[in-house]
Amino acid sequence: MSGHAEAYAPVFVGKRKEEITELLKRYPTKMAGLLPALWMVQEDRGWVSEQAMTEVAEVLELTAAYVKGVVSFYTMYHQHPVGKHFIQVCTTSPCLCNGADKVVNAFLEHTGCKELGITSADGKYTVIEVECLGACGFSTPVQINADTIENVTPDKVPVILAGLK
Amino acid sequence: MGYPHKSHPRETPVLSKHFGDGESRSLDGWKKRGGYKALELALGMTPAQIVDIVKASGLRGRGGAGFPTGVKWSFMKPGDGKPHYLLCNADESEPGTFKDREIMRWTPHALVEGCAIGAYAIGAETAFIYIRGEFQEPIDRMEAALKEAYAANILGKNAMGTGKTINVYVHKGAGAYICGEETALMESLEGKRGNPRIKPPFPAVSGAFGQPTTINNVETLVAVPHILVNGAEWYKAMCLSNAKSTGTKLFSVCGNISKPGNYEIVLGFPFKDFLYDLCGGPTAGRRFKAIIPGGASVPIQTMDEAEATLMDYEGFVAQGTMLGSGGVIVFDDAQSIPRQVARLTRFFAHESCGQCTQCREGTSWTTRILDRIVAGQGTYEDLDTLLEMAENMTGKTICVLSDSCAAPVVSGLQKFRHEFEALITGKRSSTVAGGSQTTAASAKLSVGAGA
Repeated sequence: MSGHAEAYAPVFVGKRKEEITELLKRYPTKMAGLLPALWMVQEDRGWVSEQAMTEVAEVLELTAAYVKGVVSFYTMYHQHPVGKHFIQVCTTSPCLCNGADKVVNAFLEHTGCKELGITSADGKYTVIEVECLGACGFSTPVQINADTIENVTPDKVPVILAGLK
Repeated sequence: MGYPHKSHPRETPVLSKHFGDGESRSLDGWKKRGGYKALELALGMTPAQIVDIVKASGLRGRGGAGFPTGVKWSFMKPGDGKPHYLLCNADESEPGTFKDREIMRWTPHALVEGCAIGAYAIGAETAFIYIRGEFQEPIDRMEAALKEAYAANILGKNAMGTGKTINVYVHKGAGAYICGEETALMESLEGKRGNPRIKPPFPAVSGAFGQPTTINNVETLVAVPHILVNGAEWYKAMCLSNAKSTGTKLFSVCGNISKPGNYEIVLGFPFKDFLYDLCGGPTAGRRFKAIIPGGASVPIQTMDEAEATLMDYEGFVAQGTMLGSGGVIVFDDAQSIPRQVARLTRFFAHESCGQCTQCREGTSWTTRILDRIVAGQGTYEDLDTLLEMAENMTGKTICVLSDSCAAPVVSGLQKFRHEFEALITGKRSSTVAGGSQTTAASAKLSVGAGA
């Protein structure tokens, strides 16, 4: 990420501009559009860069520092690029007592990531532990990008990875 | 129906009747199952009439606090000239709880209808359903249902042809347990960090965007249409114990148990029958050891306490805990209580917003001390320190996240002290059959990482 040398292509042009304009009608303040705007950035770019934060700030009449403060509060906004398949394994108590730690290890091994939070050399995978996914009756739930997979056990991990496009 | 299992004959499926039934997701399918009759009925009444019926039904908040819903609604004064807001709390993040997820996945129109009725009853033209960011499927199901409801003029500027404006929108969270706290949710909706607010002012005076606001849990709102169609007396009659706890309640069951999943029972149902009959008891060869019956924030119960419990708001309190969100976490005899308590406090340390010192420091240090004990490096003094810190973390902060972290520590030490002491005197690690240590890498990532 060399940053300054690359030209930044804005997100909020064309359809996205229309979309955010339309969305803002729901709220009495522009600031309320911040979480949705950040989601749009992440959908389009895969992560939320500093330049994107500056752009969002301009669109919503906020400061870039304010936007960064909000981005950094929430765990789901990526402040750096992540693997094409972002794998979150729930390890909170109800899943831990059913062996979630073994599921984590299976993902680390089969993706080649080896360490939590580190993207695999081929750029395909990032594995993290996540706090409660709200699917405790289906332990262990694993979220890969926007999809939640229920009842994951270590032996299912290779099949799940093979099925990712 | 039922999901993931068929309904048990001793369940009373009202809200969960269509779980597992894919056809109930569409507007047509929902109408065939009696959908939107309650909204039609409601729009023919005055807001005050609806509030009275909900009051008379005895319905209490299903998100955790159990506050009477009709009373909460009566704090709102339609016609005061201010914009009112209804917020639906769908930030379901309390470990052990996964009922709202299934309501939204299988019966999204039930929630649209509940929100529309709630909004009208409190004089609001706008309702926001705040759904946690991880719930992509529930979000998609809700968006699809809302699109159908707008296209059919059920919502919008002329809702059901009555000339009344009712808008319902989904607002997607972005990963923060604390946003399930009502004032943190409001902050988050407004585009801010999810820091809980000091109360008063209470939401009915100054809530979302500084305006009068009511916030209700998903399960509370989906109960309302049934109450309007069948009457307050019908709802009130669903009661197996005492008149303060009426209606049906969804319990999410997880952990070490034969049949995890959501179960809907009439309040006051015996917890022992629930665990052994409905949920199939422990898995083969194991015995139950301890239960957290209301989501991670409530005290741990011993099996003696659990088996003597009647499942209602008062019944859980009488047996040393709380009904909370109805997220039942079961630990069997293969689990180490100190290790599970340490994992729970790690959760709270990760989710603390960091505003209050007692919480920011307390959750993190509690976790470090517990990890040390679990690793066989603890001392007796540590146990006293944990209890002393727990006292400082209870009732002294803006919200109750800190109290929630202290609950498993205090109850764990009261009821399972011998397990902590065994780790100290034996100086051995807490690996029990079926369990293993949390990885060092995960420990590094989680402790004190903020929200």
